[in-house]
Amino acid sequence: MSAVLDLVTIVAVSAGVFFFLAGTVGLLRFPDTLTRLHALTKADNLGLGLVALGLLPQAGSLQNGLKLVCVWLLVLLAGATVSQLVAQAARREGSSS
Amino acid sequence: MTIVPALDLFVAGVVLIVAVWTVVARDSSSAVVGFVAYGLLLALVWVRLGAPDVALTEAAIGSGLTGALLIGAAARLRAGESSTSAEHLGGVGRTLVAALATIVAAAIAVALLSLPDPAPSLAPEAAANAGATGLGNPITNVLMAFRAMDTMLEKFVLVIALVGVWSLAPDGAWGGRPRSYHRADPEGALVFLARVLPPLGVVLGIYVLWVSADHPGGAFQGATILAAMWLVVLMAGLGDVPEVGRQQLRLMLVAGPVVFLIVGLGGLLLGGAFLSYPQDWAKPVILAIEFAMILTVAATLALLVAGPPERSAEP
Repeated sequence: MSAVLDLVTIVAVSAGVFFFLAGTVGLLRFPDTLTRLHALTKADNLGLGLVALGLLPQAGSLQNGLKLVCVWLLVLLAGATVSQLVAQAARREGSSS
Repeated sequence: MTIVPALDLFVAGVVLIVAVWTVVARDSSSAVVGFVAYGLLLALVWVRLGAPDVALTEAAIGSGLTGALLIGAAARLRAGESSTSAEHLGGVGRTLVAALATIVAAAIAVALLSLPDPAPSLAPEAAANAGATGLGNPITNVLMAFRAMDTMLEKFVLVIALVGVWSLAPDGAWGGRPRSYHRADPEGALVFLARVLPPLGVVLGIYVLWVSADHPGGAFQGATILAAMWLVVLMAGLGDVPEVGRQQLRLMLVAGPVVFLIVGLGGLLLGGAFLSYPQDWAKPVILAIEFAMILTVAATLALLVAGPPERSAEP
């Protein structure tokens, strides 16, 4: 049983790391703010979600697992809000110049 | 087995690189972004060193709150940046600065390397007397009991810092409200965040204080979370900064230091030493101080970010 759980962890965390990598490549390679945000938010949300999912079997207790889920949800909320604000600022700057 | 030390080395290396990048960054807003990233990475380093209390403080104060202060400063400086960056330091001045910085770094390195091994430590004594307060977290024990004087003076320093910021106010605005934030789109993301997040954040802030009795946490870290929640509400335009002359606000700002001082003087009367806690009541007394402190620190930190009053008291 624990081998299966470990396997879940390895697969999910690796997939999460892949998304982080893809997001970082997008951040570095895409040409403007909006496309960079697109790469970053999609990848970070999914990446962190997968990392949190992968760590759930290792959490040990229900309480720790819930904390992991809460961390993911809070980062989702903060990330989505901040990317909206950055996009608004970018659009405002783009239209005024 | 070797992967963990390798990861530690990697994180330490990244911290160094980000630190250097922050110093050499051309414009101030990039430097601020670098500083915030540096603080968060440093928090990771503290976790790896087994100091989660310090890590929480570094993330909350060192990176979060100082970051917010610096972003405000960078935004205000932006208008004059092109004119000031034209005033470059000459060759001699630069060499002098570099030499002085190198000497300071070398002196710190020498002092650290010449420490006796094992380093002098009061940790065993602190651990041996941990039962005296009824608190399980040795850090809170040290902060609130063994070195309570330092913690108290820290609160005074905070209030004095705020008075320093307020003293930058123009005469006409004295006692008035700090600068207002841009009105955010009432249907926008920031207003949504400012409605959803604070209930969670307030609970979390008080939780961080409450668990500090037995687990990593503390009044300062909790207060920073509360201050951040207030600032989100202010920045979204859902509330206005209070007039700094308001009686209630002033009372809140001195609550922490005053409660601390009263307990200290009470200890002098009852126990014979300043800040000595009554034997069986140590934990409730410490909790009372911490709850007064969290109010004061949260209000002070948020008002530090809000800046000096700029709108006059009478509308």
